[in-house]
Parts: sequence; C-alpha cells; structure tokens
Amino acid sequence: MIWVNAVLQGVLLGGLYALFACGLSLMFGVMKVINLAHGDLAVVAAYTALGVVAVTHLPAVWSFVLVVPIFAALGYVVQRTLIQAALNRSVLTTLLVTFGLSVVIENSLLQFLSANSHSLNIGSLVSDSFSIGSQITIAYLDLAIFVIAVAVLLGLQHFLSATKHGRLIRAVADDREAAQLAGADYRHIFGIAAAIAFATVAFAGLAFGMYSSFDPTIGTDQLLLFAFEAVVIGGLGSLWGTLVGGIMLGVVQQVGAQVSSTDQILAGQLFFLLVLVIRPQGITSRRRTA
Amino acid sequence: MSETSALLEVRDLTVHHGQLRALHEVSLGVSAGEVYAMIGANGAGKSTLLRAIAGLDQPTSGSILLDGADVTRMRPERRVAAGIVMVPEGRRLFPSLTLEENLLVGSAYARPGPWNPGRVYELFDWMAQRRTQRAAQLSGGEQQAVAIGRALVANPRVLLLDELSLGLAPVVVRRIYSLLPDLLASGVTILLVEQDVSQALRVATRIHCLLEGRTTLEGPPGELTAGRIEDAYFGLAKPAGGPSGSAGGYA
Amino acid sequence: MNAVGQHVPRAVSVTGGAAVRVTRSRRSALWPGIAVVAIVVILGYLPYVVHSGTTTLLVQFFTLLTMASMWNLLAGYAGLVSVGQQAFIGLGSYFVLIGALHGLDPFTALPVAAIGCGVVGLPVWWLVSRLRSGYFAITTWVIASVCELIIIRYPSLGGGTGMLLSGFPDISQTLLNAYIYWTSLAVTVIVLAGVYLLLRSPLGLVLTALRDDETGARSVGAKVARAQRLVFIVAAAGCGAAGALLIISQPFVEPTAAFSVQWSAEMIFVTIIGGIGTIEGPILGTIVFFILQQTLSQDGTWYFIILGLVAMAVAIWAPRGLWGLIAERTGIRLFPVGYWLWPAGSTAGPRGLALLRGRGRGPGRSGAAGALALDDPGRAGPDDPRSGPGDAGPDDFPV
Repeated sequence: MIWVNAVLQGVLLGGLYALFACGLSLMFGVMKVINLAHGDLAVVAAYTALGVVAVTHLPAVWSFVLVVPIFAALGYVVQRTLIQAALNRSVLTTLLVTFGLSVVIENSLLQFLSANSHSLNIGSLVSDSFSIGSQITIAYLDLAIFVIAVAVLLGLQHFLSATKHGRLIRAVADDREAAQLAGADYRHIFGIAAAIAFATVAFAGLAFGMYSSFDPTIGTDQLLLFAFEAVVIGGLGSLWGTLVGGIMLGVVQQVGAQVSSTDQILAGQLFFLLVLVIRPQGITSRRRTA
Repeated sequence: MSETSALLEVRDLTVHHGQLRALHEVSLGVSAGEVYAMIGANGAGKSTLLRAIAGLDQPTSGSILLDGADVTRMRPERRVAAGIVMVPEGRRLFPSLTLEENLLVGSAYARPGPWNPGRVYELFDWMAQRRTQRAAQLSGGEQQAVAIGRALVANPRVLLLDELSLGLAPVVVRRIYSLLPDLLASGVTILLVEQDVSQALRVATRIHCLLEGRTTLEGPPGELTAGRIEDAYFGLAKPAGGPSGSAGGYA
Repeated sequence: MNAVGQHVPRAVSVTGGAAVRVTRSRRSALWPGIAVVAIVVILGYLPYVVHSGTTTLLVQFFTLLTMASMWNLLAGYAGLVSVGQQAFIGLGSYFVLIGALHGLDPFTALPVAAIGCGVVGLPVWWLVSRLRSGYFAITTWVIASVCELIIIRYPSLGGGTGMLLSGFPDISQTLLNAYIYWTSLAVTVIVLAGVYLLLRSPLGLVLTALRDDETGARSVGAKVARAQRLVFIVAAAGCGAAGALLIISQPFVEPTAAFSVQWSAEMIFVTIIGGIGTIEGPILGTIVFFILQQTLSQDGTWYFIILGLVAMAVAIWAPRGLWGLIAERTGIRLFPVGYWLWPAGSTAGPRGLALLRGRGRGPGRSGAAGALALDDPGRAGPDDPRSGPGDAGPDDFPV
C-alpha cells in the first residue's frame, strides 16, 4: 500500500511537472528555442504573486488573475525583442541568451530579495487532505494542482487545434517560410506562442509556490531540469506526451523517495538518462515521415 | 520593354546568394490577365526571381512594383496582403496540418475576393471528402493542388507558380495546367516558372528566358521561333543590351 | 575573379597555382611569440616580488581562464554548447580529494584528476553526442546534477557538507602559496598551448571549418564527429584540472559549490564577452571579469548581473566579442591558427586578400579577421537547418 501511495503521489506531482513542461515544449516545438530561463520565470511568477498578495491583500489563490496575464504580455515582449534578436543570429545564440537571462534573473532575485525561501500562503488548504484506506492520503492541494494542470493542457490543446491562431502556430512550426507566403508574420506568431508559454509557466510557478517553498535558485537547480526531463521522457510532439512524461518523472521520483528519502531527485535524473539512451525520441513519440 | 501599365513590374533586379550573383539586372513587366512564363535551364535564376518577387530573397539592387507601388523592401507577408502570392517550389504544405487547415491558414490573411475554401473544393471535387486528412498523407499531385488552393484563397492579384510540374507525372501536370483558364477567369494574373519549355509555350501569353541570371529572350510565343528559344535556353546567342536583343546573331 | 567569388577549392589554388605565398599570420609570428614567452617568465617570477594576496587572485584568474578556454574550444570551435562543464570541475576537485585520502600528494593528484575527468568524459560523450544544441546543453547540465547527487551519497567524501583537503607537503605557507600559484600558471600555459597546437593541427582545420559553418562542415564527413569527441574529452580533462586547482587553492570542497552551474555561467560569459572562437577571447574576457569583480565586489552579485547582461548583448549584437572588435581594426593575432594568402610579388596583399577577409565574416560567430583555410562550405548545407541528424524529436508541434 505504501507503494500504491507513492505512485499516486507521483501521478499528482506529475501534473505539476507537465504544467512546467508544456511551455518549454511549446517554445521548442514552434521556435526551436530551448528557453533555459524557463525555471527562473516560474520562480519570478511565484515572487510576483507574493507581491500581488502583499499589495492587493487578495488570497494567494486568486493572484493568478493578475500574474498570468502579466506573464503572457511579458512573454510576447521578450520573444519579440530579446529572443527574436538572438534567433536572427542562430539557434546557439538563443541558448546563450536564455542562459544569460536565467543567470541574470537568479542573481537579481538573490540581490534584491535575498536567498531566503518563501511560500505562497493558502491557509488550511495546504494541509487538508482525505484518506483512502489507512495508508493512502491525498492532499486537496495536490489534487487541485493536478486538475488545474490537466485543465490547462486541455485548454492549450483546444487552442492549438481549434482556433485560428493555434492553427497558425502549428503552421509556423511546420514551415516558417511557407507560413510567410500565406501572409503570416511568423515573428508575431512566435510572440503569441511565447505569450502562451509564459502564461503556462506562470501557472506552474504559482502552483509550485503553493505546493512547496521556493527560493531564487530553485528555478535552475530543479524546475528547468524537471521540465526538460518531462518533455524528453514524454517525447516532443504532443501535449499528452508531456503529461505522460511529467507523470512518469513524478512517479519515479516518489518511488525513489520511498526507497531512500535522499534519492528522490537522483532517481528522476537517472530515469531520464535511461530514457535518453533507450528511446531518445521519448516514450510516446511516433516519428512521422513528412 | 515593360509597359507602364504593367500590373507587376520588375526593374533591373540583381540578387546575390552570398557572393554568387544569381540574377543580373533582370527586368520584366506582367500585364493584368497574362500568363507570363519564365523559362531557362537549372540554376538560371528563375526560382530566385520568383522568391525575390515574393519577398523571400532580398535583391541587391533594382526594384519590384505592384500596380505602380514599390514593394521592393516589403516583407513577404505584407506582399500577400498587397496581392502577391506564391506557390513555392516543392509545394511546401504544412505537413502536420489537415488539408482543410492548410486552406484555412492560406485564407487567414486573405484579401477580399472570389476565392475561399468552398470555391477551392468546387474546383477540385476530390478535396471536400478528404479535408480532414493530413497534408503529409496526400500524393504529390494532390499536394500541388492543395498548394495552389492555399494560394488562391488569399485572393492574389498576381499568382507566382514555381515549378508546378516538378516531380509529378505528365498526366497530373496536364490536369493542373488545365486549371489555368479557370484561374484567369477569376481575375488572377499568373507569373510562372517552368523548366519544360513546350509546356510553357502551350500556356503562356509571354515567354521570358533566363540564362545564368541574365535575360536572353523575351516575347510572345507566337513571335519566337523554336530555334531562337533553343539558342536563348542553351546560351548560344549572345545577350546584347536589351532583353529582346539580337538573338540568333551568332550564325 | 569568378573562381574566388564562387568556390575556393584549395587555399593555394585561389590565384591559380604556385604564385602564392601562404603564411600563418599577417605579420611575423616571431614577436608575439617572444612576447608570450616573456609574459610567462614574468608571471613565473611574480611570487618573489608580490604579496600572496596578489598571487591568490591570480590563481583564481588562471583557474577561470582555463575553464573559459575549454568552453571556448567546445562551443567556439566544436559547436558544442555545454552548460554542464561543472560536472568535470566538481569531479576534478573530488578526484584530488579521493587521491589525498589515499595518501596522494595534491599536486601529484592534479594531473591524475585531469586524466580521470578525461576518462569519465568518454562515456558522457557517448551519451550526449547524439543530441543537438538545446538537448545537448540541458543534458550536460543534468549529468552535472547527477554527479553532484552521487557524490553527496558518500559520507566518506564529506557528503553534502564538504571536506577539507589535507596531505599537502610539509612546507611553509608562503612556499605552499607559491607552489599553488606556479601550478595554476603551468596548468593555464599547458591548456592554452594545447588549444593552440590542437587548432594548428590538421584537426584544427576541421574545427575552424566547423566554427565557420557547422552544417557545411558536417557534410565534409566523419572527421567532424572525431574532432568533436576529442574536443569534448580535452575539455573534460581541462575542466577537471581547473577543478583540481580550485580544491588545492581553497583547500576545501563542497558539492553544491563544486558542481554549481555558476561555473558554466562564468566561463560562458567570459568567453562571449572576450570573443568566442578565438584563443585570445577568453583571456581578454577573464581580464574584464576580474576588473569588474574587483571593482564591484562589495556590491554583492551586481558584477555578475552586469556581466550577464553584457554577455547577452554581446552575443546578439557583437558576436565576435571584444577581441573580434580589436582584431578587426588592427589585424593583430597573438595566436595565429589560420592562414593568410599573399598574391605573388605583392607585399601588401591587396584585393584578393580583402576578398578573403570578407568571407570570414559569416552571419554566425566567425573568428578574427582573415583566417580562411578550408573549402568554403558556402551553401552546401541542406535547406532546412532544423533537420539535424540527432534532433531527438520531430520538428513540428502537432496535437
């Protein structure tokens, strides 16, 4: 029963990882940019929520109403300026620039907000839980985060498959030049994709801030790597792959933690490397011949 | 050489690929309602010309005018809004999108006009039932038809067709070329690149031959003898001054 | 004219045969060579004349310069953007510690640690060599994290809290500091000389071609894969040596600091600001780093924030870095690894030379002025730059 509980906790945690991963996956899928500042952006979102709560006295849970739109706008601006400028050079330049952005964000947070850890106060919700049997306990918060993650993925899925701009994003991802010939300004479409990616990372950052405590360095130490691992394990190409990847990573981590509490992260990393060796294209990916 | 009334006018266009000069001071004028055919051997610069007109390749010098307005520095997507739409070489459909989605992307920034996905389905009767199929699963000829449809739904004033026949069976090529009268009837002017000279002569109202980036011959097919075209195509004639210069002077 | 404009099959055939002189640099390489030797001699003499505070700072300087030169070799020449070199820095430190725990003198343990890191680099390369750009970058990072998490599991190595390095020879602190200083100087000289010789070797031509046009050079053949593997292993060993220097100079090691991504940040910023794809770049960048750090050291991490911002700006707007700007204006090359072509009978290599210089400036990170030695890969690459052979995922993002 302990193991069932570990797997169940892992599945719930996997939802959070998928939420982190979908923005990374979207930006890589559309612009071929791996945003190395992805984890730090989540941390910034959590800090922004702290600020919003301090100023507006809204409950932390409602901070997303402000934070998510702010991040969407930020995503569009960062893409159209910094990342596009790097893209005009080369894909390698985007790596250097987003890595620089990551370091600058992390050190700025350390400089201005100290290395102390914080968490988003959500009152009793953080500890409330229900039990199934004697050994399975599920926190309402974990369940809520999982449900939100799936809802966000569903929404993203719907947006990409059924709206005009979603279609354009997929078209630009397929063939940038052909999209230009259809009248689409790919830079604008990139901006929209980045806005969505930043919005999802804001969601993820807020959820993480409620789920656990955070400090300026956790973005690079853990979040970026977890998000990337979820993407690779699941396989690029579908949001459901990302969810599967997130869940598998979460389960492996929780089972690893059950074996030895210090090996949670190591278990996840090793599993990722194993997947990379055995199936570099990911678990769910089917190579399409175009 | 090019009348001032031309819908699309290219003046002294020079394009470089790195240090290689792909196009050297090429001029042409396409009047409304024409089928203007660029011919020439591989690497003559035909596709470069089309890409430059569509805005994908930046010219080193020269200018491109649509209905008298200079579009030389305009971004490709803005040229679509102005009425220049290209069917690129190799079709370039969006492989992961369905047939219908390809058409919808084409119409996303469309000018007002007669064409829309529904009208394309009328033109190609097989398309409607297969609209949910991914573009990658279509045959080459089907993809070419969808590529034309994707360009048409943007309601172009000038339609640029780059190597329609590339990699297609002759019977499919003939079927696709048989569509041109329908397109012209809807008010579209056509500038096409074709490696198959006899095919080009069949459909064109004007022929323009390029050789190593330079104009070697230009004129209506009726006025050009097979011998002169052959010379211009293979470079036996010396290009002297103007585009319709002294072909055949080598004898 | 046309022959130059379209294709340069072999350097020598540019002007059509024997009537061309090929040299390594525009001016004689003799004087810069003498200058380099003189600088090394002066640096070697320093412990006799300056305070240990200065030499301690210089040890940090040499350590960072070693790391940056290694990253430059990786990213600037072999096109391998790693953000996980801290794996080898940490391992280099811990290998010295392990050696010392088994009675090995730290100075003797240093080369052992470097070689050990090179050996570890081989399986790591096998793991990451199939990955391209972003995948490669983050995976190296994950591997660094794995190394850290594994080290933490060993209480005998200090676990998560770290351990003091002992086993130094029984000499005075002053002399020990001088030894540490000379060791760091030696490591740096060996690393820089190694990079220089590597780039002048036949393999260097492959690497230079790779730097100037990766897709084009790839089509040249399997030599590229071999060159990349060698570079990766050399960089692993070099970063291991840097890590060994770190623990010897501290003399303390702690996993979080030893495996920190901060090391990657430092070497990347320094290389980009100084000028990626040149040997001189990391040297200049390291000098800039230390000036900024010493000036702003009382203001927390400000110097690092500024450094990061400058590096981002340089990567986008001046990708050849500071040294690129200097070399462009003066034509100076301290470490000439390319070739200059001199038309016969002329002393002031005029038109042809200018043409060749122009070619060196690709849209990417071309090196300092004028180095052109290999076939120009030109437009040889496939139309779609995204179709890298090892891309671990499909390009599209369907749902």
